Amino acid sequence: MYAAIEAARQGAGSVLLLDRSLIGRGGATVMAQMTVAAAVGPGDDWRHHLADTLAAGRGLCDPELAALLCEVGAECILEMDRWKVGWARAGNGFASVQAPGHDRARCVYVDFLSTGPAVSKTLRAQVQRVGDAIRRVGEVLVTDLVVQQGRVTGAVALHVASGAALTIAAPATIIATGGLTRLYARNSASANMSGDGYALAMRAGATLLDMEFVQFFPIGHLAPRLIGMDPIMWDPFRYKLGGRLLNGAMQEFVERWGGDAENGTYSTTRDLATYAITKEVEAGRGSPNGGAWLSFTHVPAAELRAAFGPVIDRLAANGIDLTRDCIEVSPIAHYHMGGVRVDTAMRTDVPGLLAAGEAVGGANGANRLSGNAITEALAFGRLAGAEAARQAAEGAPGFDLAAARPALALLASEGPAQNTAALVARLQHIMSADVGPFRTAAGLARAATALAALRGEVGTTPPAAPGLAHDLARMDWLDLRQMLLVAESVVVAATARTESRGAHQREDFPEMSPNWERNLPLRLSAGVPELA
Amino acid sequence: MPTTTLHIRRGGPGEPPRHDVFELAFEPGESVLDALRRLRIGTDPTLAFRYACLNANACKECMMLLDGKVIYACTARLEARDMRLDPLPNKTLLRDLATVIAPPDERLE
Ligand SMILES: Cc1cc2nc3c(=O)[nH]c(=O)nc-3n(C[C@H](O)[C@H](O)[C@H](O)COP(=O)(O)OP(=O)(O)OC[C@H]3O[C@@H](n4cnc5c(N)ncnc54)[C@H](O)[C@@H]3O)c2cc1C
Ligand code: FES
Repeated sequence: MYAAIEAARQGAGSVLLLDRSLIGRGGATVMAQMTVAAAVGPGDDWRHHLADTLAAGRGLCDPELAALLCEVGAECILEMDRWKVGWARAGNGFASVQAPGHDRARCVYVDFLSTGPAVSKTLRAQVQRVGDAIRRVGEVLVTDLVVQQGRVTGAVALHVASGAALTIAAPATIIATGGLTRLYARNSASANMSGDGYALAMRAGATLLDMEFVQFFPIGHLAPRLIGMDPIMWDPFRYKLGGRLLNGAMQEFVERWGGDAENGTYSTTRDLATYAITKEVEAGRGSPNGGAWLSFTHVPAAELRAAFGPVIDRLAANGIDLTRDCIEVSPIAHYHMGGVRVDTAMRTDVPGLLAAGEAVGGANGANRLSGNAITEALAFGRLAGAEAARQAAEGAPGFDLAAARPALALLASEGPAQNTAALVARLQHIMSADVGPFRTAAGLARAATALAALRGEVGTTPPAAPGLAHDLARMDWLDLRQMLLVAESVVVAATARTESRGAHQREDFPEMSPNWERNLPLRLSAGVPELA
Repeated sequence: MPTTTLHIRRGGPGEPPRHDVFELAFEPGESVLDALRRLRIGTDPTLAFRYACLNANACKECMMLLDGKVIYACTARLEARDMRLDPLPNKTLLRDLATVIAPPDERLE
């Protein structure tokens, strides 16, 4: 949405904003409950934020992209403030918290746990204010990009509500499709995060990088079953209130796996916490459902209510009283550091194709600091929008329907009936079992074999006939086509990187190696992802 | 073992209304949406309903009728009894439980 707003501001007269779900509601942004990192506090500077971002990225950040994230991101946060997003205030400035890995309190938020909904709502309102220059069309699932003489000239899509195939001509196309967390059985994001943008870009000839770096969020909610709450919700609780992470025997354990004693504060970075919880469970000391306990029982009721007011009531409706009950947490797929390779104007290797947001790889290297993702989505959206407007003004070759024919033929094809929902679940289990935060050569080889077998079963045509409204079975097939390519990319990159760094931990290569201080680019070669 | 029996309205506009009956093992703590997703994986992948955020109640796509009352499927708890699911009555039907809920100026027409 930021990209669309900026493109229109820079003079693009005809911006098309597409989403496979409802506009501004279908992705991770609306789900984010926590905080946004930006150097907007007194005495802070985007260069300090950059230093922290580079350190967290373990040598793999693209320093220019990371600098843009920090510098342009801060401008976007201030602009969002002028658009009345409602960042929480303290005194004359913004209220902020210090998240692990940041050198100071730098993470602004909207109370209570409303950051993402407020960001989405504000951007939606601004998109509407722009008026006719931005046309919004929801329920459009983009399935392929159209390439003519090596240049992207538009896209082919499925209109979900009618089942019709669509073609879209565009002088510039921005991929802003978010991440790939749906590849994993336990994930924090929406059902739309199949990694479509990575697959679309790769098929169009673009390069992906850092695909092995999937961030697992250590304290995703595990039990008791909660409804109507985001599984990531315990992070803001930890920022504000500390909390204690305990094993099945109610003992603190982070120190045992290389962390520092927390003493009721929240200081353990995500990769270390994920490691500590996984190892403690493997050692047979997990909580009953295979995770760790998180306890706020030492925090007085009044303090809990002051920090999270209405959320305490929502928890009570789920039968949870934090002054009395601990909850169980475990690592959950949350964000993807890798993605499409772009330059500082968000241009991919393919003319006419840009990328923005979580779909972009490189800014966060091997591990992302918390709060950097929304900043990245806003900043890169703004940059991509400006560049797209520039390219549109230059003009582009006319759209040639012949170049869209293969993609249209796929949408028109009729294949055998298949339980595609079950096949998606199988892919998720393959990835969770062997391509989670901890990997081995044997496990990755097993995953590669299982994915190849799945690819065979999925075949080359979607089930049943085209033209049915809201046909989830066919949509799952189209998603599987993308998810398989993305899953294979993760496996190829994770197999090649024979070291442990940030979010990619190889149990057979536990050390970080200076020889591996480089990114792994992937391209499509004869239909399969290969190291470039 | 306790079970839930879901009576789900099937079909598209113009088709005679019918309710398909699905029995499934009752899992305490599950939402109605969890059960529908489980049905697609285990029994009938062609069942149509809308959802995006799964659990966070952020996307507001999963509205439908449970026993005649409007609910979000992702926040309504599954219960060990007969439950009837219908599409929203005041929206254009797409198919099964899915209706047109996008704002008019965000539709392709
Ligand atoms: C639960 C949760 C909490 C989080 N909390 C925070 C936080 O507190 N702070 C922070 O900085 N980050 C947080 N993150 C990460 C952050 O929210 C995301 O990285 C960021 O919002 C991504 O923004 P985006 O615009 O790139 O993509 P998204 O907001 O995910 O949007 C992508 C859009 O693309 C659409 N789409 C996908 N594929 C297609 C296709 N083929 N055709 C058409 N449309 C398509 C989707 O429907 C979606 O609407 C959180 C993530 C989750 C899941
Ligand atoms: S699935 Fe998103 S609100 Fe119910």
